[in-house]
Formats: sequence, C-alpha cells, structure tokens
Amino acid sequence: MINWLSAILVIGGLIFFFGGSIGIIRFPDFYSRLHPAGKLDTAGQLFTMSGIALYIAQDASLHTFLTAAKIVLIVIFIYITSPTATHAIIDAGVRAGLKPWTKEGQS
Amino acid sequence: MMDTFFLYSGIFLGIIMFLSLYRAVFGPTVLDRLIGVNAIGSKTTVMLILVGLLYNRVDMFVDIALAYALLNFIAVLAASRYFQKKKGLYEEAP
Repeated sequence: MINWLSAILVIGGLIFFFGGSIGIIRFPDFYSRLHPAGKLDTAGQLFTMSGIALYIAQDASLHTFLTAAKIVLIVIFIYITSPTATHAIIDAGVRAGLKPWTKEGQS
Repeated sequence: MMDTFFLYSGIFLGIIMFLSLYRAVFGPTVLDRLIGVNAIGSKTTVMLILVGLLYNRVDMFVDIALAYALLNFIAVLAASRYFQKKKGLYEEAP
C-alpha cells in the first residue's frame, strides 16, 4: 500500500519537474522564467523526496527512520535556499539593468 | 517492481535535465544560463537519491545529495553576485 503512495508522490514530483523545465524554455523573459524555475523545482523536490522518504521509512527500524529524517531535512533546506537563490538571481538581473519583457502593444 | 519504477523515474528525470540544459546553452543572457544551471542542480539532488535507492545505499547517497544541495546554493549565490556588474548580461545582439 505504501509502495503505491510513494509511487504516486514520486510521479507527482516528476510532473512538477517536467512543468518546471518546460516553463524555463517557453517563457518569454528572464524574469518570467524564474517563476517556474524557482517554484516548480522546489515543489517537485518536495513531492519526490517525500515519496522516497515514505518508501524508505516503510520497513520500520531506527536506521531507516534516520535516513528518512535526513531526506526531510534536505527538503526543508531546499525550501529555504531555493527562494533565496532565486532572489539573488533576480537581484543581479535588476542591478544589471535588465528590463522586464512587456507586450509589444504597450511599451 | 519498485526498483524498476525508480530506475525509469531516474531516466525520465535525466531527460528533463536536457530540457533545462537547452536554456543553459542557448539562454540569451548570462543569468538565463544561471537559471538553467540552477534547475539542473536542483534536479541532481533528487537524481542522487534515486541512484542511492538503486544501489541500496541510501544513507550514503543522502549525505552526498545534501552536500550537493549546499554547493548548488552557494554556487548560485556566488555567480549571481559576480554577474551583477559584468557587461555580459545584455542580449548578445550586435
């Protein structure tokens, strides 16, 4: 039963990753590309890692709980650092004077 | 059964990395390339744990993935701090 749950979580994570990489390619501008890059990668990691942690924590022993706890720690760490990294990239872009994309109609 | 599932999800993740590699190679500005590299870096941490599952040594690969996530974060910060003033940011149009 737990196998199915972790499989569903991992597949959900992969869908987020796939959406993220498609968004990185298709979006018109540097600033808009950062939305999928920052958010969907973090969400994808959350689902995939929790699915794997669930799969590992299945055969309950202290050792596996420790590994699953470490995986949860990685997820928490990435939840803190991924937005920070995205903010640093945007900060560099704004400082360098990269103008955001506007529709051709309005300038 | 679950091992083959993790193997195929790892392969699919590898294919997804090629998509974000496109942005890292063709990105007009340097910061687009930084986005591509950051995306690949965050996918690699998940890939590392999938590989750890396949080798049945998850506790070793979890540490490697944690170190990789740390390094990826530091690298992105350093690169963005470096590219803030360099002129290579604008479209490479003539």
